Amino acid sequence: MRYEAVIGLETHVELATNSKIFCSCGGHSTKGEPNTRVCPACAGMPGMLPVTNRRVVELAMRAGILLHCDISRYTTFDKKSYYYPDLPCAYQITQWFHPVCRNGSVEVTTKDGTRTIGIKQIHMEEDAGKLVHDDWTETTLVDFNRTSVPLIEIVSKPDFRTADEVMAYLEKLKTMFRFANISECEEGAMRCDVNISIRPEGTEELGVRTEIKNMSSLSSIRRAIQYETARHLDAVERGTETLVQETRRWDDVKGRTFSMRNKETAADYRYFPDPNLMPILIGEDWIRRVRDTMPASIEEKTAEYQSKGLSEKEIASLTSERALCDLFDAVTAAGRDPKEAASWILTECGGILRKHGQVMGELRVAPEKLSRIMEKVSGNEINRAAGRKVLEAVLYEDADPDAYCKAHNLSAQGDADAVRQVVLKVLDATPNAVKDYLGGKKKAFQALFGGCMKELKGNGDPQVIRTLLEEELSKRS
Amino acid sequence: MDILDLTAVELGERIRKRELSALEALEAVYGACRARDRNWNAYAAFEIDPARTAAQRAQALLDSGEAVSPLAGVPVGIKDNLNVRNCLTTCASKILRGYRAPFDATAVRKLKDAGAVPAGTLNMDEFAMGSTSETSCYGPVRNPWDRERVPGGSSGGAAAAVAARECVCALGSDTGGSVRQPASYCGVTGFKPSYGRVSRYGLIAYGSSLDQIGPLARDVRDCAALLDIIAGPDPMDATSIPFPDTRFLDALNGDIHGLRVGVPEECFGDGVEQDVQTGVEAFLDELKRVGAELVPLRLPFLRYAVPVYYILATAEASSNLARFDGVKYGFRAERYTTIEDLYTRTRSEGFGKEVQRRILLGTFVLSSGYYDAYYNKALKMKQMIMDGFAEAFRRCDVIALPVSPTTAPALGSSLSDPLKMYLSDIFTVPVNLAGLPGLSVPCGFDRRGLPIGAQLLGASGADATVLNAGYAYQLATDWHKRRPEGLEVSGNV
Repeated sequence: MRYEAVIGLETHVELATNSKIFCSCGGHSTKGEPNTRVCPACAGMPGMLPVTNRRVVELAMRAGILLHCDISRYTTFDKKSYYYPDLPCAYQITQWFHPVCRNGSVEVTTKDGTRTIGIKQIHMEEDAGKLVHDDWTETTLVDFNRTSVPLIEIVSKPDFRTADEVMAYLEKLKTMFRFANISECEEGAMRCDVNISIRPEGTEELGVRTEIKNMSSLSSIRRAIQYETARHLDAVERGTETLVQETRRWDDVKGRTFSMRNKETAADYRYFPDPNLMPILIGEDWIRRVRDTMPASIEEKTAEYQSKGLSEKEIASLTSERALCDLFDAVTAAGRDPKEAASWILTECGGILRKHGQVMGELRVAPEKLSRIMEKVSGNEINRAAGRKVLEAVLYEDADPDAYCKAHNLSAQGDADAVRQVVLKVLDATPNAVKDYLGGKKKAFQALFGGCMKELKGNGDPQVIRTLLEEELSKRS
Repeated sequence: MDILDLTAVELGERIRKRELSALEALEAVYGACRARDRNWNAYAAFEIDPARTAAQRAQALLDSGEAVSPLAGVPVGIKDNLNVRNCLTTCASKILRGYRAPFDATAVRKLKDAGAVPAGTLNMDEFAMGSTSETSCYGPVRNPWDRERVPGGSSGGAAAAVAARECVCALGSDTGGSVRQPASYCGVTGFKPSYGRVSRYGLIAYGSSLDQIGPLARDVRDCAALLDIIAGPDPMDATSIPFPDTRFLDALNGDIHGLRVGVPEECFGDGVEQDVQTGVEAFLDELKRVGAELVPLRLPFLRYAVPVYYILATAEASSNLARFDGVKYGFRAERYTTIEDLYTRTRSEGFGKEVQRRILLGTFVLSSGYYDAYYNKALKMKQMIMDGFAEAFRRCDVIALPVSPTTAPALGSSLSDPLKMYLSDIFTVPVNLAGLPGLSVPCGFDRRGLPIGAQLLGASGADATVLNAGYAYQLATDWHKRRPEGLEVSGNV
């Protein structure tokens, strides 16, 4: 008999907000020394009250729109009670009764084709803190920085059949969420619980289901699914063990799963609506506003860039990061040529980053500065090589392009008046060469040209110097 | 005349006229507490240094002309469950012994901003759970009208301190009657505002959907003056409601001509002590005499209020009190093995019996399989009670009823029979379930000389109407001016 795996995913994604979900502490769990991003509210001090960060609701709605969900008109926060030292209130605020989004779908493509995965719901919740075990002193310390960092949990239907589909799904969510500024999806910012059962192919009834908790690396998830599927197969086909419905833990070093708790000892979370947070009513207006202000999708950006004449390769590179698109859009909006802009971002910035051992994703540059450099080059104020030099200073010394050019004397050469002054000075200083040239010795032109370039400390635009020299010489003929 | 016999508004006037200073007013309160509080045990703690600092700050505000509140310079006692920055805030519980609040409750901050002086923390039932103020880890509070009787609860320390002239006025909290019932037992005036009127930020929660901070004072004017300071929407409390701005003290005119006073028949008769009934009926007669119109009402849903209340309040409490686990602050059991053991021992040793009882009740009603039968059903009943009141307020402007079916019981007589104690909350808990404003005013004494309280309720947001009705009553009577005898004498014992 052939068996198939039935896999469902619960994916937790940390949202890219400036502040936590119920207080004004900064978001971004990974940043800061332990317990420096914490306040009485997220530390659960007596008397504190949560206040919902609207941005969290909007990002959850955004995710719902991308995954073709129905957005709930009425959504509530509920308390999930359990004791753990990293949970300061001994309850987590999550959504149990009325999640913000339901009934969505997403298409995933693997080498075996494209399939549609159903999304049961998306809900918002707060993250817990972190325990730090110190084996040396045998103590456990709590870091509350991550407490109350906003998460969405995307609950899929049990529609996956292979680990490949799961991988494709997670990669797609990652790209989608990064591109829509929903999440930065950094290492650890996306965590998964995987539900697995197996059944004979062609049957409907589900087998005994196990859940593997809290995995954050794609390779662990793949290996865990493969291991767990094989374990189920062995149990069913060869009777190696009796499967029970339970929660398991993946051990990446040992490469196997271990039982954590079964159905009988499962916690009773005593969900009930949090009376401190009023139900959120989501009207059509709000949904429309979220939809209208949503950053363009990868597909929309691709079409837009095609119309601007960018190559497929350029488009692929730019759309790999929302930030690159934003930079490109800002620079072109400031009037720079699209092809040039793509070239400056991808070739010039990319080259400089590589030289410094960095990747495109780490590019941080103010669009005004990049635009100014391009303007200087296209306006022949500086040549491209000098432009590259300025760009490097902008990227790594936070230099101002104009100030940098001035300080390094890069600005005179393209300034026609300034260059003309230099030309006149050289002509006046070397009357013999002028005479020779006017007398027909064309070679003297090279001497005059060299004199000008020397005066300009090598930063002159050869074309400009040549033109001005010819102009001034013709006046003296 | 002793300055502690003045009302808060009168004291504020004298301070503004420079007849005495904020510091002198504070020292008078502190002196009375030191001299006499061993008789009543109304205070949980009185940290004089921060109070003096606040008084000096208030005086500076007064001198610069910046403090314009009628209560600038007036000391205000604070129930031990309201956060006062850097001061002990313990909910009268061993589990929070020594805990100092890292921030001011919004109500406390507003007091300070208005130039009022938070002065001393007032004893209470542990975590505001109780109707007698006997469950405090600091020992029971006694009733200034009779030392062998309870002052009511849970804001018993606040009511006793106001009655015993150990404080001028106070902030309490009311989850199921915890301001109104002790006010009634101690012969002072207490007001529970509409739910959402006063920010709960910084109030250590018992039942979040029911809790409301409210004033206890000598009379309605003082309550209105305090409410003026502490009321108003707060971005830190998502359940605070932006009611139209009202100046409560200014709104008191004592004119209740044509005011329709609903009289629910369920609240008079069986189960209500004869003296209480007589007292409240006299209260109704007086309202009628000064111009109100009495409207007979039936509120059959009231009989569901106690069970609904004890499901919702304990469910919320079980969650709100879960954070006291010995990990971060407060008490931690000395000996433990595992983390589970740390939790179990800390909570078993740190919480008193009544608190543990309510946590267990609340945990039970939220348990999987029982949620629909209890909590969910109670939520529906709560809505039914709200609708029932809304319907009643179409026929009347305020509703009058007793605060409690009895006057203050003897010390020790309630805790042995918790069910009986819960049932005595019958007239106060429906008000919290419906989020209504409720006022308790003294309206006479029983044959043992114990104060009787009458209660006035209004629709949500109609706080000013309720206060004005109480004010009209106090203009016509002087029950609220009576003081227990022998306060000074017993102070010298």
